[in-house]
Amino acid sequence: MIERTPFLNIATHAILAFGLLMLLLPMYLVIVAASHSLQDVVAVPPNLLPGDQLWINLQAAWAKGHLGERFVTTFIVAMGVMTGKIVLSCITAFGIVFFDHRLKMPIFWLIFITLMLPLEVRIVPTYAVAANAFLPFQTLLDLSGITWLVNALSGVEVKLEWNLLNSYAGLIMPLVATATGTFLYRQFFLTIPEELVEAAKMDGAGPLRFLWDVLIPLSRTNIAALATIMFVYAWNQYLWPLLVVTDQSYAMIAVELSRLVPKFSATGGEVPKWHIAMAGTLIVMLPPIVVVVAMQRWFVRGLINTDK
Amino acid sequence: MAHITIQNVRKSYAKTEVVHGVNLQVQSGEFVVILGPSGCGKSTLLRMIAGLESISAGEISIAGKVVNDLEPHERGCAMVFQNYALYPHMTVGDNIGYGLKVAGLPRAARVAKVAAVAASVGLTEFLDRRPGQLSGGQRQRVAMARAIVREPAVFLFDEPLSNLDAKLRVQMRHEIRRIHNQISATSVFVTHDQAEGMTLADRLVVMNKGVIEQVGTPEEIYHAPASVYVGGFIGSPAMNFMGGMVAPKQACVALENGSQIAIPAALAAAHAGRLVHIGLRPEALSLVPAGTGAFDATFDFVEELGPARLYHFRFEDVMIAVLSADKPPVQAGQPMGLKIAPEAVHLFAADTGKRLDAPALVQENVLA
Repeated sequence: MIERTPFLNIATHAILAFGLLMLLLPMYLVIVAASHSLQDVVAVPPNLLPGDQLWINLQAAWAKGHLGERFVTTFIVAMGVMTGKIVLSCITAFGIVFFDHRLKMPIFWLIFITLMLPLEVRIVPTYAVAANAFLPFQTLLDLSGITWLVNALSGVEVKLEWNLLNSYAGLIMPLVATATGTFLYRQFFLTIPEELVEAAKMDGAGPLRFLWDVLIPLSRTNIAALATIMFVYAWNQYLWPLLVVTDQSYAMIAVELSRLVPKFSATGGEVPKWHIAMAGTLIVMLPPIVVVVAMQRWFVRGLINTDK
Repeated sequence: MAHITIQNVRKSYAKTEVVHGVNLQVQSGEFVVILGPSGCGKSTLLRMIAGLESISAGEISIAGKVVNDLEPHERGCAMVFQNYALYPHMTVGDNIGYGLKVAGLPRAARVAKVAAVAASVGLTEFLDRRPGQLSGGQRQRVAMARAIVREPAVFLFDEPLSNLDAKLRVQMRHEIRRIHNQISATSVFVTHDQAEGMTLADRLVVMNKGVIEQVGTPEEIYHAPASVYVGGFIGSPAMNFMGGMVAPKQACVALENGSQIAIPAALAAAHAGRLVHIGLRPEALSLVPAGTGAFDATFDFVEELGPARLYHFRFEDVMIAVLSADKPPVQAGQPMGLKIAPEAVHLFAADTGKRLDAPALVQENVLA
C-alpha cells in the first residue's frame, strides 16, 4: 500500500529521521568518549562535544590491545568463515535443489532444523566436539562394539582424536556450519527456470559445469550479500572464540576488546579507562563498516543490471 | 542426416500415463510438426526424443541407434525452447558458443563458428550484448543460433514461437523453414498453432490425449481428416458438424429434420443406413436463396474478415459457420439456403468418430 499524502510523507520521514538518530547517537557518544582524556570522559556533566585526544587514544588502544596481531587473526577467521560458508552453502543448496533423490527432503529438513539450534544453544556439545572432532565417530565405534572387537582381536585400542582447540580450524568450522547460507542459495536456485537447466543439458554441460558456468555467475549478488553478512558475523564473534581458544595468539578481536573494557574489580577501585576502550571500539568496528560500504556498491550494481 | 524411429513409446508419471504408445517414423531431413492442444503429450514426446524426459516404455532411435539411455548431448539433438532459455549472464556470442566450449573446441575455432552462424541469422551486430538487452525475436534467433552452431542431426523445437507477437511469429516461421532447408537437419517442431503446423510441416502429426490421431502432409490432413477430432482441430474457422443417417437410394445423408445433404453415391452405398457425423468446412459451403440449397439455416450474425466474411447460422441446435466472399442480402432471423458439393462433405462414423471415405489413404499415413 503506497499512500501519497503530505501529512504521511512528513510523518514517515520524521519516523525515519528519529530512527536514524537513535542509531547514530551511541556511535557519536563513542566518538566523543574516544576523543577526550580520562578526566574529561568521567566529568559530570558529561562532555557532548568531541575533544582533541582522539589520535592519542587510538594509538594507546592499538598498542595496549595488540590490535595489529588481533586484526590479522580475526581477519583470517572472518575470511575463513566467509569462504567456507559460501562454498559449503552453495554446494549443499545445489544438491538439494537440482538433484532428485529420495533423501532430498530429509536432508533439507535436517539442515532446516539446525536453524533452531544456533551455536549459542549447543555450545557445550560443540565444545566437546571441538576438543575431539572424532568424538562422534569414537562414540559410534564404542557403542557398536567395534572398539572392543579390535581390542580383543589385535590388542590395539582404537582411539580417534583430532583436537581443534586453539586452532584456526576450531575457530572457523563451527561458525561455517549453519543453515542460513544454504537457505539463501536454495531460494535463489529455485528461481532458476527449469528450461535453463535443460538448455545446459542439451549443450552437454554436466552438473558441475552447470554450477560453475551458470549458477555461480548468476548468484554473484547472492554471494556478495552472504559474504558481507558472514564477514561481519565472524568478525563480531565473541562467545565461541572465548571458549575454544586459550592461546592468546589465536584470540579474536571482540574478545580482546572486552579486555580493553576494564572491569571495576580488576582495576582495584581505579577509574576504568573508558576513553581507551572507546578508541579501541572505533578501531575494531572499522573493518565491518568498510566491508559493508564496499559490498553495498555490489548490491546496487547487481540490482541495476538485472539480467532477467 | 538422421531418421527418427519412435516405437510404442509410453510415458507415465507415477500412475498416470500421458503418452499411450506412440509410433512414428521421421525421415531424414524431414520437417515434422507435432500438433495438438495443450496437455496432449506432444511436448512430452519431444522431450523424450531430446532426452530431457525418461522413456517409460518403448524405444526411440535416432539414425538407427537406440537412444533411450543416452544423455541429451549424446543424441545429436539441439533444442529451441519456448522461453528461449538463454544464459542471462553471458553475451550473445558466449550463449551461442557455450555448447562448443563445453565440447572443448579451441577458442579461435569457436569464435569463427559463432560468427558464421550469427551472420546467418542476422545477429552479427548483437554478439556482445546480453540477452536482457534484446527483443523477443532477437532472443529467439539467439536460441536458434545456439542450436544451429552445434550442427545437430536432429533439430527440436518446443513451441518456439508462442512468446512472439503475431507479425514476428510469421516472420520467424519463414526463418525457421529457411534454416531447415539450409542445414538439412531432421526437424521436429511442436506447436498448438495450426497455422504454424500447416505452413511449416512436410508432414503433420496430430496428437490428442496422448495418442496420434493422424499423420500426413498438411494437404492430406486438411482434405481428409481421419477423425472428427482432426477435422475439428485443423482448419480455421473450424469445421461444422451435424448428425445424420446415410440414405443409399438418394445418395445422401438424411438429417434429423428431414433435410438431405448429397454425398458421392459410392460412399452412400458402402455405408447404407449408418449413423454418421458429417463435417462441412465453412469455406466449402456457399450461400444461396432459401429453399434452393441442400438445407436452410437461420442467419444469426456476420464477422467481417476483410477478404471474406464469416456468416453464422443457426441450424436446429448447432451453429453453422460459412466463409464466403459474396455479400448476399441477409437479415438476422431470416432463413438462407446453404449449398455444398457432394465430394466436399466429410463423413465420419457416429460411434467411433473415424472417417468413412478413403480409408486406404488414411490408413497408410497412420502406419507410415
